[in-house]
Amino acid sequence: MSSTSLASSSIESEWVLPSRGRVGMFCLIAAESAIFTIFVVAYIYYIGKSLAGPMPKDVLELPIFATICLLSSSLTIHFAVGALRNGKSGIFGIWWFVTIALGAIFLVETGREWYHLIFEKGLTINTNLFGTTYFSLVGLHAFHVTVGLIGLAIGMVLALLGKVRQEHSERADVFSLYWHFVDVVWIVVFTVVYIIGR
Amino acid sequence: MSSESIALNPGDESTRPIGDRLHDWVTTVDHKKLGIMYILYALVFLVIGGIEASIMRIQLIVPHNHFVSPQVFNQMFTMHGTTMIFFVAMPIMFGFGNYLVPLMIGARDMAFPRLNAWSFWLAAFGGLLLYFSFIGGDGLYGAGSAPDVGWFAYAPLTARVFSVGHSTDFWTLGLLVSGIGSIGTAANIVATILCLRCPGMTLGKMPLLAWMNLVMAALVLLAISPLTAAQIMLSLDRYLGAHFFDTQAGGSAVIWMHFFWIFGHPEVYVLVIPAFAFASEIIPVFSRKPIFGYPVMVAATVTIGFVSFTVWAHHMFTVGMNSYANSFFTISTMIVGVPTGIKIFNWIGTMWGGKIQLKTPMLFCIGFLFQFLIAGLTGIMLAVAPFDWQLGNSYFVVAHFHYVIVGAILFALFGAFYYWFPKMSGRMYNETLGKWHFWLFLIGFHLTFDFMHIPGLLGMPRRIYTYEPGRGWDTWNLIITIGVLFQAAGILVFVGNLLWSRLRGPACTTDPWDAWTLEWSTSSPPPEYNFATIPVVRSRRPLWDIKHPEDPDWKYE
Repeated sequence: MSSTSLASSSIESEWVLPSRGRVGMFCLIAAESAIFTIFVVAYIYYIGKSLAGPMPKDVLELPIFATICLLSSSLTIHFAVGALRNGKSGIFGIWWFVTIALGAIFLVETGREWYHLIFEKGLTINTNLFGTTYFSLVGLHAFHVTVGLIGLAIGMVLALLGKVRQEHSERADVFSLYWHFVDVVWIVVFTVVYIIGR
Repeated sequence: MSSESIALNPGDESTRPIGDRLHDWVTTVDHKKLGIMYILYALVFLVIGGIEASIMRIQLIVPHNHFVSPQVFNQMFTMHGTTMIFFVAMPIMFGFGNYLVPLMIGARDMAFPRLNAWSFWLAAFGGLLLYFSFIGGDGLYGAGSAPDVGWFAYAPLTARVFSVGHSTDFWTLGLLVSGIGSIGTAANIVATILCLRCPGMTLGKMPLLAWMNLVMAALVLLAISPLTAAQIMLSLDRYLGAHFFDTQAGGSAVIWMHFFWIFGHPEVYVLVIPAFAFASEIIPVFSRKPIFGYPVMVAATVTIGFVSFTVWAHHMFTVGMNSYANSFFTISTMIVGVPTGIKIFNWIGTMWGGKIQLKTPMLFCIGFLFQFLIAGLTGIMLAVAPFDWQLGNSYFVVAHFHYVIVGAILFALFGAFYYWFPKMSGRMYNETLGKWHFWLFLIGFHLTFDFMHIPGLLGMPRRIYTYEPGRGWDTWNLIITIGVLFQAAGILVFVGNLLWSRLRGPACTTDPWDAWTLEWSTSSPPPEYNFATIPVVRSRRPLWDIKHPEDPDWKYE
C-alpha cells in the first residue's frame, strides 16, 4: 500500500496552506524577539544601578537622524517589494538601493556615536553597568542591521546581474519581514535607551 | 515526482561501497536520515552521560569514599546534567520529530531540508565543543578540565576569577551553538506542520504527535532564545569584562538565575511534551481504541505551553523572593497540574475498555503513566514554597526531577524506540529482550529513584561529593547505587536488542501494529520520497478508513 488516496478531488483542489517562507521567518522573528526581550529586560533592570559614571544623561544624545533613516528604510523596502510584485525590476532595484543606503547611514551614525562615547567620553563595555547594557543592546541591534545589509547587498548584486524577476517577489517579501523586524526592534531600543533610560 | 526515483530500489543500498554510503549520510538533507543521525548521536551521549552518573553513584555508595576527587565529582554532575538535557534529550526528541512529523502529515520532507541538516550539524558541533573541554578546558594552564559550575552555572561561579581557564567558555559556547541549531530545527518543525500537511489534514485532523511537536517547537523558539541571550551576556562578561552578573560592579547574580530558569522550566515541557506525543500515539494503538478526548488533549497541550512560561521562579524559592512572588509562582506551578492531570485521565480513558496488548512499547507507556503521575505529585509538593524551603537543593528535588526525566520522558522514549523501530529499520525487534529491558529498567529505576527521596527528606543536600556515616543516609545510598546496576543492565539489553535486530531481526511488514497513522502506509523503511503519491485524508485515522471502508471514522468526526 503506497498511497492512501481517498479519491476526493474536491479536497485537493481547495487545499491551500500558508507559505513556508513566511512561517519560517515569523519563527525566526519570534526567537529573535525573545533574545531582544532578555537584553531589554537587563537594560531596564540596570537603569540607574551603575556605581560610577559616565551616566546616560551626561553622554547620550538622541539619534534623530539615524532613526529617521532606519525607519524610512522600512518604507522603501516595502516599495521595492511592491514594484517587484508588479514585475517592475528596475524600480525594484532603485528602491532596494535606497534601502541599503539608508541602512548604511544608520550603521555609520551608530559607529560615530560609539566613537564619541568610547574615545571622547571614555565609556566602554567594562566601564560600568550602563556601558555593559548599552553596548550590548545597541550592539546586538547593530549586528542585526549588519546581517540585514549583507542580505540586502546580495539581493542588490543579483538585481544588477538581472536575476531578480517577478517570480522572486515572495522571497523579497520574506526578507523584508526581517528588515521590518529590525526596524521595530529599533523603536523599542530607542524608547528604552534614549527616552526611559535617560 | 519522476518515475526514475520510484524505480530506485532500497535493496541496492547494501551493495554500494561504504565510503559512498558514509558520504551520503554526511551530505544528506533527507529528514529520515537526519532524524536517525540525531537519535544515534543522542544515544552515544546517553551512554556517556550514564557513565558520568554511574561515577557519581559509585562515589556515593559508602560514606567517605575516595573513588573520585571532589573536583572530578563537580565536573561529573555538571557534565551529566548538561549532557543529558542538551545533548541527549533535546536531540533525541528532535530526531523523532524530524523522522516522524513529515511521515505522519503526509509530506515528502521537512519544509527546509538544508536548514535541517545545518541545525543537526550545529547540534553535533556543540556537543563536541562541550566535550573538547576535557582536553582543552584549561587552555594554557594545564592539561584540561571539564566545566564544574553545575548545569545551571550560577553566577559568580562562572566569573573569570572563580572559573579560571576555558572550561566554562566551552560550556557556554557548546550551549550557544547547539541552541542556535535548536532554533533552526524548531522553525523547521513549525513550518513543516503548518505548510506541508497533505490535502484534507486540517489542524483538527492532525495526529496528536504533530500537534504536540508543534507546541514543543513553539516552546523551543521562545524558551531557548533567552538562554542564548544569557549565554551571550556571560561570554561578554568573561571576554570583554562586561558586568551583567558581576556583583562587584553592581551587577546581579540573581538575574542570571531568572534568565536561566525562564529557559529552564519551559525546557522541561520541551522534553516532556514529545513524550506525551509518543504516549498519545502508542496507547491508542495497543488499546485498539481511538484516543479519548482528542480536542481536550490538544487544548491541554497548548495550555501547558502557555502556563509553562509563568512558573520559572519556583526553582528559586530558596534564593529568597518577596511573598507576592512566592505566592504567584506557587499558584502558577500548581495550575500546571490541571492540564497534565487531564492528559493522564485521557490516556486512562483510552485504555479503559480497550483490548490492551502488552507489547514492549505499551509496557513502557504504562510505566510512563504511573511514574509521571508520581513525579507530578512530588512536583506539587515542591511547588509549595515553605515545603520547598525545607527540601530545595536536597536529594528530594533530585529524585523528583529524575522521576520526570527518567520515569516519564525516558520511559516514553523507550516505548517510542520499540514502536517505531520496525518502521525505521524495516526489521522487527526481539520481543523477549524488549520485555527484559523493560523489567530490568523498571526495577532499577524504582530502586534508584524511589529511595532517593528518603535521604533528601533526611537532609542530604545535592552535589556533595561524600558524606559522614551515622546520619541515616548510608543504606539508602547503597540501595540507590544498586539500582544503577539494574538500569545499566537494562540499557545493555536495549542496545544489544537494537544492534541484533537491525542486523539479524526478521523483516517486518509495512504495518506491523495494525496502526492508523500515515507513516504505516508506506514501506518499512520508507523510501526517500516517503509517499509515491501524496495521500489525501478525511479523518484522524486515515488507515482505519482504508481498512474499514464500511465504517470510516470521517462519518463521525
